[in-house]
Amino acid sequence: MKMTEKVGIVGVAQTKYEESKPGLRETELVYEVVEKVLQETGLTYAEDGTGIDAAVTCCHDHWDGVTISNWPLADVVGGHNRPEEKVAGDGALAAYYAFIQILSGHFDIVLVTAHVKESQTVKNVIDNCAFEPIYQRMLGLDFLSAAAMQANRYMNRYGITPEQCAKVVVKSRKNAKNNPYAQAPMDLSLKEVLDSRMLAYPLRLLDTKPVSDGACAIILAREEKAKKITDKPVWIKGIGSCYDAHYLGDRDLADCRSLVLAAERAYSMAGIENPRREIDVAEIGAEYSYQELLWTEGLGFCSQGEGGRLIDAGVTEMGGELPVNPSGGALSGNPTNVVGLIRVAEATLQLQGRAGARQVPGAKTALAHAANGPCGQSHCVLVLGT
Amino acid sequence: MLDRQEEEQFLFPGRIIMQYKYAAGLVGSRFLTELRDNRQLMGIRCPKCHRVYVPPRLTCKECFNNLDEWLELSGQGTLSSYTVVYYSEPFHPVEPPIFYGIIQLDGADTGLPHLLGEVEPESLSIGMRVEPVFKEKREGNILDIKYFKPL
Repeated sequence: MKMTEKVGIVGVAQTKYEESKPGLRETELVYEVVEKVLQETGLTYAEDGTGIDAAVTCCHDHWDGVTISNWPLADVVGGHNRPEEKVAGDGALAAYYAFIQILSGHFDIVLVTAHVKESQTVKNVIDNCAFEPIYQRMLGLDFLSAAAMQANRYMNRYGITPEQCAKVVVKSRKNAKNNPYAQAPMDLSLKEVLDSRMLAYPLRLLDTKPVSDGACAIILAREEKAKKITDKPVWIKGIGSCYDAHYLGDRDLADCRSLVLAAERAYSMAGIENPRREIDVAEIGAEYSYQELLWTEGLGFCSQGEGGRLIDAGVTEMGGELPVNPSGGALSGNPTNVVGLIRVAEATLQLQGRAGARQVPGAKTALAHAANGPCGQSHCVLVLGT
Repeated sequence: MLDRQEEEQFLFPGRIIMQYKYAAGLVGSRFLTELRDNRQLMGIRCPKCHRVYVPPRLTCKECFNNLDEWLELSGQGTLSSYTVVYYSEPFHPVEPPIFYGIIQLDGADTGLPHLLGEVEPESLSIGMRVEPVFKEKREGNILDIKYFKPL
């Protein structure tokens, strides 16, 4: 697909991510980022052609404990007496949806929000319920035990070592020290990661992300309006998503075919031929350490099975050839399902030169990636540019 | 910004109790009947691309063809991955440590995730051969296979 019109990201906002936000309910959490992004862009809900036309919210009935979990949000996203629609996947898919709404010609300016308060319920229980009930849920699988089987197969197939996975954790927590929104910045040693409690072999506590509460919002606009709203619009140059099979045994978990296909779609649209050379910075949705290595392979930053060597060579470190997750990523604490929209927001800040201490100097092209479902069943890839 | 005052935080405990009756469906019912009555694992084959699926489903995900060719599998297979779960959740069918594997069944093109038994963490390896152990009292669900054990 080739785009005939440009869609820009004109503003982004994040809460600080925290282990628990007991003082705020979901609407208040979302309002925090909506208010910030409205202030940043100067936008309102005016219906004279200058305001936000519609909202796409990303929320989840199980997480919020409310069926039709978007209904309480209508008031705080400008949905009162106006259009609002919900995406129950990762927040990056909500951005995709808003992008398509604008390309369709139906709307010009669309607000996207995502929120989750993981602290108010139990992730493993929700993940268990995400499995189809007859053959997988009954076994007691959750995303962590499924990810452990993916990690084991991937590491076994390509000789990826626990040390290489631990390096991802050390890098993420260290990068998080430069990110004021990050939940758990930390100086960790490889030994501390490798000595942390085994949860599901080969994954240890520090190979997984901490429980996290937070929200993120972005605003997308059609080209001519985007240019009026900000002098630093960030253009969506390419976007692609792809689903793989739900049954774990249908896939070879050491590969990530749906990511390869999603990336191919995004790269083809953006005219990217050599992602490692052409992309300056990447924000990748990895909730487990090994996933950053596997996803860098799927994204074509290195060949299949080379993810371990990529981090060994320092390519993905700050200051490396292609820094991955300067924000500290999900491993430093991001709410599940908000993870991908945060990646879009962080990639945007990088391209606007507003990423502060985590800025990759001179970044012109950035990649944002989201995974969703057990073992990265679905992926969404965005190529952003100035 | 929101003007956050230091207020007492009220947290309301909630619990949603829902009852479901999930249909195993057209092909699942046949699969579960064979499992319960005959200790027999069945695969279903795509007439076009000849992929054999376990668990069975109505359509081939690659060709979108209807599937209706059943075949009996020996139940033996090869471990394509495994994990040992050391934490405990209310939805777990057994106490930790819990051994899970994905078993590439002989004659099938897909793997079947299931429990592993009669194993130790050190005795497990990818590629090891396994076979199912059935429960004496079977009820027509996937846990009629108690676990897969080393051959």
